[in-house]
Amino acid sequence: MTEKGIGAAVLRREDRRFVTGKGQYVDDLNRAGQAHACFVRSAQAHAEIRKVDVSRAKSAPGVITVLTGEDVAADKLGSLPCGWGITNKDGTAMAEPGWPVLAQGRVRYVGEAIAMVIATTRQGARDAAELVEVDTSPLPVVVQATDAGKKGAPQLHEAAANNQCFDWEIGDRAATDAAIKASAKVVSLDIVNQRLVPNAMEPRAALAEFDTNSGLLTLHCACQAPHAMRLLLGAFVLNQAEHKFRVVAPDVGGGFGSKIPPYAEYAALCWAARRLGQPVKWTSSRSEAFLTDAHGRDHVTRAELGLDKDGRFTALRVSTVANLGAYLSAFGPLIPTYLYATLFAGQYTTPAIHAEVRAMFTNTTPVDAYRGAGRPEATYMLERLVETAARELGMDPAELRRRNFVAADAFPYQTPVALLYDSGDYAGALDKALELADVKGFAKRRAEAAKRGMARGIGYSTPIEATGAAPSAIAGQLGARAGLYESAEVRFNPTGSVTVFSGSHSHGQGHATTFAQIVASTLGVPYENVEVVEGDTARTQFGMGTYGSRSTSVGGSAIVKACDKIIAKGKKIAAHLLEASEGDIEFENGNFTVSGTDRTKNIAEIAFAAYVPHNYPLETLEPGLNEQAFFDPANFNFPYGAYICEVEVDPETGFTRIERFTAIDDVGNVINPLIVHGQVQGGVAQGIGQAMFEQGVYDESGQLLTGSLMDYCLPRADDVPSIDSGLTVTPCPFNPLGVKGCGEMGTIGSTPAVINAILDALKDYGVSDIQMPATPLRVWQAIRNGSAPQAAE
Amino acid sequence: MSATVEINFTLNGRKRQLTIDAGLSALNLLRDKLDMTGTKYACGEGECGACTILVDGLSVNSCLMYAADFDGRDIVTIEGLRSDKGFDPMQDAFVEHGAIQCGFCMPGMIMQARHLADTNKDLTYDGLKRGLEGNVCRCTGYKKVFDAVADVIGIAK
Ligand code: FES
Ligand code: FES
Repeated sequence: MTEKGIGAAVLRREDRRFVTGKGQYVDDLNRAGQAHACFVRSAQAHAEIRKVDVSRAKSAPGVITVLTGEDVAADKLGSLPCGWGITNKDGTAMAEPGWPVLAQGRVRYVGEAIAMVIATTRQGARDAAELVEVDTSPLPVVVQATDAGKKGAPQLHEAAANNQCFDWEIGDRAATDAAIKASAKVVSLDIVNQRLVPNAMEPRAALAEFDTNSGLLTLHCACQAPHAMRLLLGAFVLNQAEHKFRVVAPDVGGGFGSKIPPYAEYAALCWAARRLGQPVKWTSSRSEAFLTDAHGRDHVTRAELGLDKDGRFTALRVSTVANLGAYLSAFGPLIPTYLYATLFAGQYTTPAIHAEVRAMFTNTTPVDAYRGAGRPEATYMLERLVETAARELGMDPAELRRRNFVAADAFPYQTPVALLYDSGDYAGALDKALELADVKGFAKRRAEAAKRGMARGIGYSTPIEATGAAPSAIAGQLGARAGLYESAEVRFNPTGSVTVFSGSHSHGQGHATTFAQIVASTLGVPYENVEVVEGDTARTQFGMGTYGSRSTSVGGSAIVKACDKIIAKGKKIAAHLLEASEGDIEFENGNFTVSGTDRTKNIAEIAFAAYVPHNYPLETLEPGLNEQAFFDPANFNFPYGAYICEVEVDPETGFTRIERFTAIDDVGNVINPLIVHGQVQGGVAQGIGQAMFEQGVYDESGQLLTGSLMDYCLPRADDVPSIDSGLTVTPCPFNPLGVKGCGEMGTIGSTPAVINAILDALKDYGVSDIQMPATPLRVWQAIRNGSAPQAAE
Repeated sequence: MSATVEINFTLNGRKRQLTIDAGLSALNLLRDKLDMTGTKYACGEGECGACTILVDGLSVNSCLMYAADFDGRDIVTIEGLRSDKGFDPMQDAFVEHGAIQCGFCMPGMIMQARHLADTNKDLTYDGLKRGLEGNVCRCTGYKKVFDAVADVIGIAK
């Protein structure tokens, strides 16, 4: 067995190039004769465009061309597509207004692209962009989703009456209403899940080339799913057939969901390169990133949890208004529906659940997936409610959870909101977290902190999520416009090394390492002999890409499936070479052996025989050892965890410090613990960012006030606590690796734990609620406004 | 066209003489004119540290520096970071601690870590956290970064 196989903490092989500055991100690529694009963007959140005058810009030095919405219309470019359709309560389809590549007569958010200047140098393009004169007449603006449906609100799209995209529901309303009514206790909360700006450190970038001889269009862009990008841009926007369209996502500097959508700039660059027959490059500035990368979250929610007299959950009723921004981003409608309300059972046996979601258009940047995408919003709502219930009932929050957990022997467990949970031991994870966090010693730590004048609090969260999307057939029923399998090719080379082609895409996840580990273990070849190729539609057969923590469970499983085919063929070849019957051949650790004998052939010898078939069953078997597989999972998988956060609040200043953070995760079997812990730690930092620091703020006129890293507070080195993390393992039965996703749990689980801890710290100050981010100012104000007398001064 | 200036400087141990636009930033000189793309642009306003280089041994955000100010100075970028044995120990430690995810912030992070190690004799674990405040990493949550740097500097948590 190779010691660098599944389960080993193998160091990442991709890291040498990153630490030496040899990573190849899109902006690091250049082509001879390339031109540079700069976009003229709307400075207003809502306006009629009267005229776009490009004459001065066109005659500026070095300018090659300037393109506007009129050119887009003349060339009949399609609208940016939406990948998921939602059905309204009344059975009608959601409103689906188009999103033009360059604005057509109207702009609907600050940053929307109006024109594209192409010049020989980047600076030249920028200078000329200043010369484009856009004559507009301003329209009234609506920013908040809760205002968008009001009478008299400014209307964004003709195709969306009252700015509504959809009005959707899930669950049994009548049963839920009745159960709430019959509950001994009902706990309710009004929650704002604030807008976040993803801020992957690498700004989006693209380099488009067109070969006028062959008609091949090539787009290098910072994206998470190159085949999906090719499909969506080629078929819907550019009318560029797939065999003449190559999309490459090389090294990509973080995605977090924001690099999934087929953005207007990418379409525009392809279009320009095709028109000009010249490479065109564009890299987003950070301020463009703030304005135009799809934002995350932005929900306003009313939630009620019913409990019986013993503290058992009887019903959950939730009503959410989701802000989709000005246009439908590719997966915008999916986030506040099937990635959100289907998680409302959490880890609990709540028998009746009903959720309704209204999604609204506003004059803000379009909203799409951001790490967790819907599941953090669900978990935050639920875990806040549970902790609030515990506080109001005077119960230990751990005990209240335990009373309501789905039992370890109840799997597979069907929730009232569509999902079938795969496996788990929720109480087991919580027990482990309680111990690791030394919850027993908390009272002492709290008392000790009080002596120093500090308010110490503890908060829990027991999150679950659905990862590894999805069974394509079910996704299709729910509105997906694409399949959600993954594909792989495992290619033995003649002298025994292996090249693996995967449709997943790594932008920080370390697939080059983990996928090689999977192949090393499955085929019994040395880890060093396996190379992983991703991110290029010309090299990999097909793929749906990386998001929703799906790569290992879906992409990794496709690799295992292809390996299984290799082994099956290898057995036939071995049977021939060893003059045995195929049924007698066993495969283990890279060797094909005639069972019960010592007659054996290594898989490398088999590969050689397959490529040099001098002694080979050519009548019945093709030469070569190269197999492809598509894996479409039978179900999602359901990673879960138990998170405990301890904070200290300085009541004088509101300054809050996370003193301890414990994260127990169950992600099923682990391929590489080093990488899993890294994913958890990074995820927790992002979840803490939402809880304490980050918020995208618009003013009433639709200007983004938090449009730079000076105004938008990302967690920095000193803000993130040291995390005590641990794992429990309940393998997932729905994929051959037994793995569950690990990319988002940290983000999903940490946010409510932090806020619950802050509220626990503030309970003696008469504070029972706080909105995120819990900045020192907000905490200080909450203390001042709290009902407790000691909060007065 | 803006005025040009001539600059003489040392870049990763090699003497360079160039005539450049006076308004060019150090970051753009490296990336666009010299094809040294290891140093990254992520904000262009001194807020993220992705563009960190060493100027006469001190860490500097190259996006905020004029290339003209390279004149007479000794510049080290991530491409020039090395020890007698090959890789700089900081580069090894980041790999060995699994401190890297997407890698984009890492050239800047490592240059800053090198600067901290070189200029602070009595650095504590908390001190190194504060010393890395100017370098944003969106992926890792920093923990393994701290451990890698602490390991090189030889400080216990
Ligand atoms: S690019 Fe220089 S500090 Fe961000
Ligand atoms: S590793 Fe991705 S930003 Fe730091």
